Amino acid sequence: MENQQLEKIASQVRRDIVRMVAGVNSGHPGGSLGCADFLTVLYFDVMNHNSSEFAMNGKGEDVFYLSNGHISPVWYSVLARSGYFPVNELGTFRKLSSRLQGHPSTDKKLPGIRMASGSLGQGLSNAIGTAQSKKLNGDKSIVYSLHGDGELQEGQIWEAAMYGAAHKVDNVIATIDYNGRQIDGDVEDVISLGDLSLKWQAFGWEVYHMDGHDMQSLKETLAAAKGNVGNDKPKVIIMKTEMGQGVDFMMGTHKWHGVAPNPDQLASALGQLEETLGDY
Amino acid sequence: MIEFEVLGKKDTRSGFGEGLSELGKKNNQVVALCADLTGSLKMDAFQKENPERFFQVGIAEANMIGLAAGMAVGGKIPYTGTFANFSTGRVYDQIRQSVAYSNKNVKICASHAGLTLGEDGATHQILEDIGMMKMLPNMTVIVPADFNQTKQATIAIAEHVGPVYLRFGRPSVPIFVKEDAKFVIGKADKLIDGTDVTIVACGHLVWKAIEAAKELEAEGISAEVINMHTIKPFDEKAVLDSVAKTRCVVTAEEHMLNGGLGDSVAQLLSRNNPLPQEYIGVNDKFGESGTPDELMKKYGLESENIVEAAKKVIQRKS
Repeated sequence: MENQQLEKIASQVRRDIVRMVAGVNSGHPGGSLGCADFLTVLYFDVMNHNSSEFAMNGKGEDVFYLSNGHISPVWYSVLARSGYFPVNELGTFRKLSSRLQGHPSTDKKLPGIRMASGSLGQGLSNAIGTAQSKKLNGDKSIVYSLHGDGELQEGQIWEAAMYGAAHKVDNVIATIDYNGRQIDGDVEDVISLGDLSLKWQAFGWEVYHMDGHDMQSLKETLAAAKGNVGNDKPKVIIMKTEMGQGVDFMMGTHKWHGVAPNPDQLASALGQLEETLGDY
Repeated sequence: MIEFEVLGKKDTRSGFGEGLSELGKKNNQVVALCADLTGSLKMDAFQKENPERFFQVGIAEANMIGLAAGMAVGGKIPYTGTFANFSTGRVYDQIRQSVAYSNKNVKICASHAGLTLGEDGATHQILEDIGMMKMLPNMTVIVPADFNQTKQATIAIAEHVGPVYLRFGRPSVPIFVKEDAKFVIGKADKLIDGTDVTIVACGHLVWKAIEAAKELEAEGISAEVINMHTIKPFDEKAVLDSVAKTRCVVTAEEHMLNGGLGDSVAQLLSRNNPLPQEYIGVNDKFGESGTPDELMKKYGLESENIVEAAKKVIQRKS
């Protein structure tokens, strides 16, 4: 897909995010906005997937896990916009009996979701497990996952990292949303990740870097990682992003991690984001 | 006179190992994961026979549960193996989110449960696992009584789609379940008919309940013994039918009283037919080092404790 077209979709996804969060006065807009470009490229350009007939087992399809489940708004929007469920359902986000739970779940059977997430640190294990089952099934498709940078403070991530390299799980491509911010402040101040690239390398992973807001960089890097499936090494992409990207007053701070905009702020945000596919 | 043929003596974990090996031969969707305790869990046979379907995870139980859930998505039937403590308490949140809430077809197989783990002491002797697991929606909880039943249960749970917790142990215990018995999840086994008191037991305490029934018989007391191998879903009918006759119950388990089999029975009775109940189990205490036999004695989990409880509960009948 053309970069311009992807940018248009991402703009609509950002509108969906702020409207969903404002609609229930709760949710996590900052990280959602920061990953809008990535998930748009992944679902509209990179992954081989079937949105019209969702299959839990993902047989013959690429599979995606959102490990940092709190940025559910961006995932829900991208899933709806790519045809997994009606776009109007985005208006039920976080409401009673909705399939769009605060954090992603399989409990209400929302098409597109294969694993609950929200309690952090579990998605990499899930992704590697599915990647290994694909190998056993002779299924050549790929498993993608997304993780917050703060989430890397969870020990299970590093258990999974060690395992993935030891078992040569080369059909998994994990992406880190490297925005440098978490609830209590800058990641560097809360618990520094040190040299993240070296850490992953030391764990035996092939490390890539990309600009999370440059469609070309996203496409090229994901293609490069995809091209190396089969080389015995799991892959991780450190994706530089800006929390709150696209809404000026939400950028450059950790304060919009989990806070909803008020009506005035919503109007200001929507004024900065072009409506390209029609609001839900 | 109560007669129970003892078919031998073996550890229940070996029943798991044999069951897994047999299952591996007939169901190629079954995969096994182990956190550095392959020998202790008796998973070596499966590993040897199915090297491509066996995954050594190392000492990383949280990752093991997450991997298993991910493999289940891909259509596999993962069996995870480690000690009961590391199968539950250590990874409760991983089980809760990735297995139970996500309703994945993962079989969490837990050995060395309870006091009979022995000398390693309380760090390894989990007595809370049944409670933790039965509280999780979607989770099936099974505590087989002997080698044969553990083997049968290991094979049977592959046919049940959904999360299962299978709890077994380390010591050698008498085998009394027939080799060709059919294991039905959620269907309790009535082992002995009786009229004066019902004894509901699970795991290692089932054989002790049988011994207690023999001792009671010698004193002219008729005890009914139920092997409640499935804690969840709970066979309510088996208990209600029995107590309708006996009017009192003793529960026996190698587990904490809080949250265990006894709690399930009490909840059932309080709702349907409030009757006196006595409990055999561990009351809000950690275990300690010792031989399995010494520990079972010290913590009051012997047949004579069941006998005493039976007499007491019969006295309480109105």
